[in-house]
Amino acid sequence: MVTYIVRRLLMGILVIFLMSLIVFFSVRLLPGDPVLIFVAQQQTGAQVTQEQLEKLRVEYGLDKPVPIQYLNWAKGVITGDLGKSIMYRDDVGQLLRDRFPVTLYLGLVSVAISTIFGIVFGLLAAIRRGTWIDSVVTFLSYIGLTIPVFLLGILLIYVFGLKLRWLPIAGYTAPWDNYWLSVKQSIMPIICLAVAPLAMTARQMRSSVLEVNNMDYVRTAWSKGLKEKVVVFRHVLKNSLLPVVTMLGISVGLIFGGSVIIENLFAIPGVGRLLVGAVFGQDYVVIQGGTLVIATIIVIVNLIVDISYGWLDPRIRYE
Amino acid sequence: MSDVSEQVFVDQSGPDQVPYGRPLDAEVARPVSEWRRFLRIFFQRKLVVFGVAVLVVLVVVAIFAPWIATHDPYRNDMSKALRSPSSEHWLGTDSLGRDTFSRLVYGARTALIVGFGTVAVASVVGMILGLLAGFLGGWVNAIIMRVMDALMGFPMLVLALLLAAVLGAGIHNVIIALSIATLPAYTRLMCGETLSVKENEYIMAQRAMGAKSLRTMVKHILPNAFQPTLVLVTSMLGNVILAEAGLSFLGIGIKPPGVAWGSMTADGYRFLEAHPQLSFAPALCIMVVVFAFNMVGDGLRDALDPKLRGVL
Repeated sequence: MVTYIVRRLLMGILVIFLMSLIVFFSVRLLPGDPVLIFVAQQQTGAQVTQEQLEKLRVEYGLDKPVPIQYLNWAKGVITGDLGKSIMYRDDVGQLLRDRFPVTLYLGLVSVAISTIFGIVFGLLAAIRRGTWIDSVVTFLSYIGLTIPVFLLGILLIYVFGLKLRWLPIAGYTAPWDNYWLSVKQSIMPIICLAVAPLAMTARQMRSSVLEVNNMDYVRTAWSKGLKEKVVVFRHVLKNSLLPVVTMLGISVGLIFGGSVIIENLFAIPGVGRLLVGAVFGQDYVVIQGGTLVIATIIVIVNLIVDISYGWLDPRIRYE
Repeated sequence: MSDVSEQVFVDQSGPDQVPYGRPLDAEVARPVSEWRRFLRIFFQRKLVVFGVAVLVVLVVVAIFAPWIATHDPYRNDMSKALRSPSSEHWLGTDSLGRDTFSRLVYGARTALIVGFGTVAVASVVGMILGLLAGFLGGWVNAIIMRVMDALMGFPMLVLALLLAAVLGAGIHNVIIALSIATLPAYTRLMCGETLSVKENEYIMAQRAMGAKSLRTMVKHILPNAFQPTLVLVTSMLGNVILAEAGLSFLGIGIKPPGVAWGSMTADGYRFLEAHPQLSFAPALCIMVVVFAFNMVGDGLRDALDPKLRGVL
């Protein structure tokens, strides 16, 4: 078990290293000279001399060869310094620290909602297989996996924001600043973020319950004359939850992907919005920092999922 | 939903039809027509029929766009901006006076080009990489597969965003970005197929007879890998179109003169209250098309490879 964890950890570090290479070197291919873009964005109107350009280049370390730039960046990343944003003239680490809590708050609530409701709906569909509950859950899970997240967002905004005027159509407030406003503002974004992982979890749960239902010990439980409640909750549920654990990694990925769109639609100051803004501003320091942090979180979540999976299911052997 | 894996895979469409599901006696058994069996299972579910119908309509609309569109989708006419739906403009006009219906028709082209272009590029490159990784093994395998692990670690939209930012907007760049983002699935599939074929005794026999080139391997691997790849390609099409719509919605996908449903949705959003159809019509198109591709993908999977159920 310990060897397995260590090996999995090393593999995770290797993957994060490769991801940092992918991020860094693809961003280096960005069209345009970042220094010139930076100067253009200052819009001071003052003529910039060649020396000043050179000074900026040195300030951002752009005068060195690309592999050296990578090493410098990697050294910074390990010590927690992600570089300085070109657009905001601010520390990228600080920018991310400001915005990550927002994305994480909405994301964690969405993960919780999608996991709990996904399990409940999947279980219901499976134990009532072939009834209307099953058909409804199956159909809705197809819809949930198909609907573009922005269509759902616009639909909610149109109905609850513009027509019924129940909820504000944009903005974000931290729950500790103004709890009621925060709840009202985050209902729609959270629904949008949770739908796709919810649908996926429900599908996975349904098929894994159906599989467990075919097991001999479940037939034994039934033939002992146990009540349905006991069979389902004591014998079926526990074992069918296992595959759902692996969905957690995929859910987190889906939610980060969704937050890029949702934070732009609802004007939420999170990482997704920061990234899209950085893409438009060609702020490569922010793009590479933000992408790497998101990727690292997903690798860590998958690592935890893998390790806890082995802990939950002792049948799994570690080779 | 019926469970395909429980069914008996025997063709029963002959003249003396036996009740469905009853095992046939050995002497009555006729040669099994693979094609008929495929069609029967494929069209078993009504949603698959729906999916195929939508795709046929989509392809027809995309090919004959200039004849189906009622107006020029690119022509601005500020005097006609933001008209409500009428007999002349079936879905009204957008803020630049362009006919929404005609733009939807041309948007079908973009969606199909991006969808098919991406799966074509990604499947060919992915299959080659997977073949090399499986065939050569060792450090080549290790490098290719670890890079694929790294690519897979990114959320698809975040990676596509990064790559689209690097490459810039435009239909070709969107295809390249999405191809790279979806590459690992094909590579992994092909690598697995190659490794399993390599273990077969007939390959060993061939090797013993002196054939060891990649060419002989390919001759045996490609037929084996064809069906799972086809299933993967179909189920990827929906995802790719969805991702393209997301990029275009953010304004990072298709460049302005090009028509994309995602960017139409974003453009119309500013006028959501007064002209909701500007946003809802293109977004609904995306949803219906993605739904159709997913249904066809599921149908193909059931018909070709029931083992993959729940895996893909």
